[in-house]
Amino acid sequence: MLRDITLGQYYPGESVIHRLDPRTKIIATLVYIVSLFVVDSFVGMAIATLAILLLVKISKVPFKFITRGLKPIMFIIAFTFVINMFMFKGEPLFAIGPLVVSKEGLKRAVFMAVRLVLLIFGSSLLTLTTKPINLTDGLESLFKPLSVIGLPAHELAMMMSIALRFIPTLLEETDKIMKAQQARGADFESGNLLQRAKALIPILVPLFISAFRIAQELAQAMEARCYRGGSGRTRMNAMKFRKGDLFAAFIMIAFLGTCIAERIIL
Amino acid sequence: MSDIILKAENLTFEYIQDEDGEKVSALDNVSIEIEKGSFTAIIGRNGSGKSTFAKNANALLLPSSGTMYVGSMDTKDESKIWDIRQLVGMVFQNPDNQLVSSIVEDDVAFGPENLGIEPEVIRQRVDEALTDVNMYQHRKKAPHMLSGGQKQRVAIAGTIAMRPDCIVFDEPTAMLDPSGRVEVMEIIKKLNSEGITCILITHFMEEAAEADRVIIMDGGHVVMDGTPSEIFAQPDKIRDINLDVPVAVDIADRLRKKGIDVPLNIISTEDLIKWVLA
Amino acid sequence: MGISVKNLTHIYNEGLPHESVALDNVSFEINDGEFIGIIGHTGSGKSTLLQHLNGLLKPKSGQIIVGDTDITDPSCKLLEIRRRIGLVFQYPEYQLFEETVAKDVAFGPKNLGLAQDEIDKRVEEAIGLVGLPFEEIREKSPFELSGGQKRRVAIAGVVAMKPEVLILDEPTAGLDPKAHKDVLEMAYNIHKHEKNITIFVSHNMADVARLCDRVFVMDKGKLILSGTPEEVFSEEERLTSIGLSLPPAAQLMHRLHEANHAIKAEVFDAENAAEEIFKFLGDKVC
Repeated sequence: MLRDITLGQYYPGESVIHRLDPRTKIIATLVYIVSLFVVDSFVGMAIATLAILLLVKISKVPFKFITRGLKPIMFIIAFTFVINMFMFKGEPLFAIGPLVVSKEGLKRAVFMAVRLVLLIFGSSLLTLTTKPINLTDGLESLFKPLSVIGLPAHELAMMMSIALRFIPTLLEETDKIMKAQQARGADFESGNLLQRAKALIPILVPLFISAFRIAQELAQAMEARCYRGGSGRTRMNAMKFRKGDLFAAFIMIAFLGTCIAERIIL
Repeated sequence: MSDIILKAENLTFEYIQDEDGEKVSALDNVSIEIEKGSFTAIIGRNGSGKSTFAKNANALLLPSSGTMYVGSMDTKDESKIWDIRQLVGMVFQNPDNQLVSSIVEDDVAFGPENLGIEPEVIRQRVDEALTDVNMYQHRKKAPHMLSGGQKQRVAIAGTIAMRPDCIVFDEPTAMLDPSGRVEVMEIIKKLNSEGITCILITHFMEEAAEADRVIIMDGGHVVMDGTPSEIFAQPDKIRDINLDVPVAVDIADRLRKKGIDVPLNIISTEDLIKWVLA
Repeated sequence: MGISVKNLTHIYNEGLPHESVALDNVSFEINDGEFIGIIGHTGSGKSTLLQHLNGLLKPKSGQIIVGDTDITDPSCKLLEIRRRIGLVFQYPEYQLFEETVAKDVAFGPKNLGLAQDEIDKRVEEAIGLVGLPFEEIREKSPFELSGGQKRRVAIAGVVAMKPEVLILDEPTAGLDPKAHKDVLEMAYNIHKHEKNITIFVSHNMADVARLCDRVFVMDKGKLILSGTPEEVFSEEERLTSIGLSLPPAAQLMHRLHEANHAIKAEVFDAENAAEEIFKFLGDKVC
C-alpha cells in the first residue's frame, strides 16, 4: 500500500510538458488548483476535467499512474463526499433515516469529490512530469525572494530532494523490517488499537535506526563530494524560461480567465 | 615529494568509545606513503583502522596527532579542505546511502555542482564519467531501479566527475553479489590504468591480489606492507591475524607443507596453473 | 519430517504490464536433517522462494508441505508456519529493536505464546548456540555490540523459536573473514544440535560446497539444477551461462583438468586441491 504513493515518482518522458520549466509547472498547478475552486458549475467542472485529461494525454504519462495517486486519499474523498452530501440543506431529494440528502447537497458533494480528484490529478501530473530534483530547484528558485526574510530556500529544497530520493529506500527498508518481524511471529493485524500500536515498536525502532544510519552515511558522502550549502553552487541543468513556457503562461491566463468568466456568467 | 599523493606521518586517530570517556586509538602512529598512479589494497579485520585511514585521506576525519598530507596540503588546513576533497574522491560501502539525487545523471553532477563548475562543463564531465563506468544508457534512471553493482558504478562516476587524482574505495564490493563485484573491480582497474591513484579497502583477498601493493592493518597498525607476492608469500602470518589468503596461495602453501617447492611469487590462479602444468 | 514443494508458482504484479514470473513451477523435496544450499543470481527467485516457505508470500499456485501440514492451505495458521519454519533475512541485525539482547531474542518465543520459563530457557540456549556468552551479554543493548555479534543475536532470535526448518539468507554478507568463518561454523553447529533442516542461501560457492548435502540452483524463477555439490558443480558450463561460478578451488581444478585429464576436476576446496595436485606432481616426477 505504501508503494502506491506516486507523489514524487517521476515518469520519464520527453513530452512538451516534461520539458517545461519546473517553475512554470508549479505555478500552473497552483493556478489549476485555484481554478478548481473558482468554477462551480457542471460546465466548469467539465472544462477542468477536460483540461487535465488533455494535459495528461500530451504528457504521455499512462493514465494508470495518474489515478494511482488517488488510492491513499480515497478515504478522504469518500468522507468529504458523505459530509457534503448530508450537511448541505436544500430541496430534499431522499432521506436515509434521519439524514436528508438535498439536491444541492448532492451536487456539492459531487463537485467537492471531483475537485479533490482533479486536484490529485493535477499535482500528480506535476510530480510525474517533473524530476523531483527539478521540482525542488523550481521551488527553491520561486522561494528565493523569501530568503531576505530568512527563509532558507536552498536548505529546504535540498531536504525535500533528499526526502524524495530516499522515500523508495525507506519504503523498501520498512518492508524488509516488517517481513523480518513477521517471520519472528509478530502480528500487526489483530488486537485492539493499543495492541496494534505496541506491535509497531519492533518496526519503528529499527526503521529509525536505519534512517539515522542512512542520514549519517549520506551526510558523509555529501561532504566527501564537497557539499557546503547553496552558496557558490552551480547547476548542470540551469533553469531557463523558454518559448514553451511563455506559451504555457498564456494558456494558464486564458484558462483562469475562462474559469472566472464561467463563475460570473453561470 | 611530487610523486607522492598521500602521506600519513605518525598518524594517530582517537575517539571516545563510551560513557566512561575512555579513548580508543583507531589509528596508532601510522606512517604510509601512497605513490601517484599506484593501486594499493588495504586489508584488515573490522576495527583494524582501515576505514579510519580512508576517512583521514580526504579530511572527513582529522588526525588526533600526526599529519596527513594530500599532495603538499595538510588536511588540518581548513582553507584547503575543498581542494583536498576534490583531489581525493571517496566511494563508500553502501551503494544506496551515497547517492543524493533521484536521477542518475543529476547525482553524478552533484560533486561538480558543489565545485561551482560551469553548467556546460558539468554536462560534458557527467556524460564522460557515466560513459567511463558504462552507465551512460542508464543516465535517466532512478537509483532504486538499479542493481547494487550499477549503483556503485554511479557513485564512482560521481567521484570521477570531480576529476580527482586519487580515489579511496571503502569496501565498495562488500554489499554486492559476485557479478556486481566483478563490475566494480573492472572499473577500478580501468581507472587506475588511466592514471588515477586507487586505494581499495576490501575483505576479499582475490581483489587485493590485483593491486600492485597490499597493506595489511591490524589494531590500528600497519602490520604488513609490500607487493601482493611479498605479502601472500607469508600465508601463516596473514592467517594469524584472522584474514584469508587467495585460494591459489592457500593451495601453494599446502603443497609447500607437503614438501613441494612452489615458488613464492605464485598468488593467482593463473600463476598456479601455469606452474603446475610447466 | 521433510519438506515437499509442488509446482510452486508466483507472479508479481499480476495483470500489470510489468508483471514478472518470480517462481515458475518449482518442485523439490527436502529430507529430514538435510543441509540444503540454494544458489542463483540476484533476481533468480531465491528470495521469493524463501518468503513462500515462511508464509510471508502466498503462491499463485502450488503447494508447500512441511511434515504433514500444507502451509499454503488458507486454514493453516501463520503462527504455526512461523513456529515450524524460521527465516533469517539478509542483514538480520537491522531488525534488532529491544533494550537488551535477552529481550530481543525472547521476541519470537513470546510471539509463539510460550510460558515465561520456557522462553528464558530457550533464550539462554539460543544465545549459547550462536556462540555468544549468555551471562555477559544478556543485559547489554544489542546496539553496542560489534557487527558480527549483532548478527548472531539476530540469528539467535529465530533459533530460539526452535524451528524445524531454519532458513539463512546470506548469513555472511558484509562480514569480515573471521566473522564470516565464525557464522558458518555457527550455522553448522546449530544444524547438528537442533537436528533441523537448514536452508542456506549464499553467493559464496566455496561455503556452499563445503557445508551442503545438496544444492539447488535457481535461474529466472525456475529450479534448473539440483544435486550433491559434486553433481551441481560438475556442470560448469551450465552454471557460468547463468552468471554463477564454481568455488575458486574448483575453477582452478577444472582448468587444470582441461589441460591435463590426469588431474581430477571434482575438487572444491583448497585441501583436496592441494592433495590432487600433489598426487599429479608426484606421478609426473616418477
